[in-house]
Amino acid sequence: MKGMTLIVKTITDFVVAFIVVFGAYIVLYGHLTPGGGFAGGVIIACAFILLMLAHGSDAAFAILPAKVAHILDSAGALAFLIIGWIGMTGGFFFLNVFGRGEMFRLLSSGMILPLNIAIAFKVGSSLFLVFAALAMFRRRSFRAMIEEELS
Amino acid sequence: MNPVPLYVAIPLGAAFLIPLLGMWWKKSGETLAVLSTLVLATMAILAVGTPAMVHHMGGWTAPLGIALVSDGLTVLLLIAINVIAFLCIVFSLKYMTAYTGLTKYYSLFMLMVAGMNGVVVSGDLFNLFVFLELASLASYALVAFGVEADELEAGFKYMILGSVASVMILFAVGTVYAVTGTLNMADAAREISTKFSGAETNPALLLAAAFFLMGFGLKAALVPFHAWLPDAHPSAPAPISAMLSGVVIKSLGVYAMCRVMFHVFGFASTSPSSAIIANAMIALSVLSIVVGGLMAIGQWDFKRLLAYSSIGQIGYVTLGIGVGAHVLATGGTRSLAALAILGGLFHLINHAAFKSLLFLSSGAIQYATGTRDMKMLSGLRKRMPITAATTNIAALSISGVPPFSGFWSKLIIIVATIRAGHPAIAAIAIAMAFVTLAYYVKVQREMIFGPVRGRAESAREVPAAMYVPLIILAIVCVGFGLLYPVWGSRILEPARDALLNGAEYVKLVLG
Amino acid sequence: MTVYFLCAVLLTMGLYCLVAKKNIVKKIIGVVIMDYAVNLYLIIIGYKKGGVAPIIDKTTNPELLERFVDPLPQALVLTSIVIGLGVLALMVSMVIRLYEKHGTFDMSQISKLRG
Repeated sequence: MKGMTLIVKTITDFVVAFIVVFGAYIVLYGHLTPGGGFAGGVIIACAFILLMLAHGSDAAFAILPAKVAHILDSAGALAFLIIGWIGMTGGFFFLNVFGRGEMFRLLSSGMILPLNIAIAFKVGSSLFLVFAALAMFRRRSFRAMIEEELS
Repeated sequence: MNPVPLYVAIPLGAAFLIPLLGMWWKKSGETLAVLSTLVLATMAILAVGTPAMVHHMGGWTAPLGIALVSDGLTVLLLIAINVIAFLCIVFSLKYMTAYTGLTKYYSLFMLMVAGMNGVVVSGDLFNLFVFLELASLASYALVAFGVEADELEAGFKYMILGSVASVMILFAVGTVYAVTGTLNMADAAREISTKFSGAETNPALLLAAAFFLMGFGLKAALVPFHAWLPDAHPSAPAPISAMLSGVVIKSLGVYAMCRVMFHVFGFASTSPSSAIIANAMIALSVLSIVVGGLMAIGQWDFKRLLAYSSIGQIGYVTLGIGVGAHVLATGGTRSLAALAILGGLFHLINHAAFKSLLFLSSGAIQYATGTRDMKMLSGLRKRMPITAATTNIAALSISGVPPFSGFWSKLIIIVATIRAGHPAIAAIAIAMAFVTLAYYVKVQREMIFGPVRGRAESAREVPAAMYVPLIILAIVCVGFGLLYPVWGSRILEPARDALLNGAEYVKLVLG
Repeated sequence: MTVYFLCAVLLTMGLYCLVAKKNIVKKIIGVVIMDYAVNLYLIIIGYKKGGVAPIIDKTTNPELLERFVDPLPQALVLTSIVIGLGVLALMVSMVIRLYEKHGTFDMSQISKLRG
């Protein structure tokens, strides 16, 4: 059987959606409450990493293929840069040209919210890819090492 | 529109766009890298002669926000970084076809360029640290790009020592922040000069200065912090070696050290602690010159010889700057200090040109013959006339044969050292210049001249995409020396003045 | 003062681990300890006893201004942790590759280059 035991799999299926939603909340409310793009992105990546640990990497890649993760990774960083560029219309790099809105409303503080979303995509997908890459190594080489250690 | 943020934004954009487009378009790496580095190099050259300028990120003015500064010193380094990056990319087009994962290579390359440009334009200590880490991280990965045993080991060693350097630098940045309450370099300089009447009255600042010296010394591979360089530089692919030796150790090490020591701590003023720091710089430089030169003689691996030679030549650069700082610290004349610093900066840009040329030539030789062991090569002059000629020009230039560029810069450094009252150090520098000549004569005798033997028999001249960058750099090597009156007053002298006038830097940034 | 001293002790411990241990995984742990010693140092710089979160709006009591915590070191630490994460990931992947090549974690057996 691939992955971990039935108990882990069932609980994982149950909580993964909640983790993603919580991560999205942290991203979207990052400019109002503690949190932000990085923290939210890490939480979302953790959901996928949990899937990968419980069900094996194929299950995780079925939901978020490596190619899509690569695209999101580059696109997130690029979006961050482009938002910075929009500020150049006001004469300064990363100038907050969007309306600042009303305090403690979701659509406020100008470009911080789009920047948070861009970071979340970047961080979430790249953390997932880092973990996937290290897991791929593990399959190749660490099994031999572990067997050697045990014997 | 202020062009300063473009130096960071263009390579960063290219670095993220390359893997994105690389999914569907195989040649995205080559095309975008050539285009963006060409634009950057043109921008850097056009920046010559423009007045110094500041860009306040996000419209927040200096002590509050992050400032990106471009003054004479910055322009000098920007030209070196971006022109050499462009030539290395052109060289990579053919050279790197032997490797796989080329979109990753070009993406990492552009990240490294972005990091170096960022270090050079940054006016904020922590921002400088972040860009320094960005450039270092990309270079760790690029050193190990071949993923063979040697490359991995060299990359790992480089990475461990580089991380230690980063820890030191971050510690020093934190200490400066704790004492002055600001991270903006100009603001910190003003705080240090007014509130503490110079750095020597506060032991915490001296500790920070020592940590900065150690961290940047490690990045610049000054002896005794040099252990990673002779492994890392030869193991990398040739264009990366050229970047590492040509500009990375200068922008991350020497430039950052100068900026912090001269502008933030104001160690260019008359005081006992300035003399201590200047003496430390001179001692490290002399050690580097001697150890780098002596170790290079015994090498038979061409790239390894070049790597040791880099350590020695960086010593000359910091010797010029250290002597200048020492003259200022002991109350000498300003014109003498200016001469010494001019020599150091002149050697910095000269070394960027001829060491990149040598490493690219070594890459061309390795591409044509499959080896870089000098014992297996002989008589390349007959088989690869262009590469042999450019290697000769670079070797003559680096060993200080008139009228090539290296002669003039070493002459200025040595004259300034004698006039500053260090005849013994000048004697060592002269002797080691002859040692440099000796090991480059060995290179010429073993590899270039002589009968055609060994691997050289089957060698052929490399394709045009590889020898055109070599020819351009060779012209630069000759031109820097002979045409000094044309370009020196436009590029080098503003850089020297920017380094000497810390007060002007503060005025520029804080308005 | 004692906390700063403990930071220095932690930094030295990391350096010792880096220098004295032959196992490359332990060397990485040494680097990480050094990194976190500096992060701790930055946090201590920004510490204020009885401090409050530095959020200013129209209703903020001016007396609170004195008790505001300096938010800058925390931002620095966050950035530094993220950089450390990147460095760590690259280091670990390099170590795994080295293990694949040599079948050992012992630096003295891996080392062929002469420095």
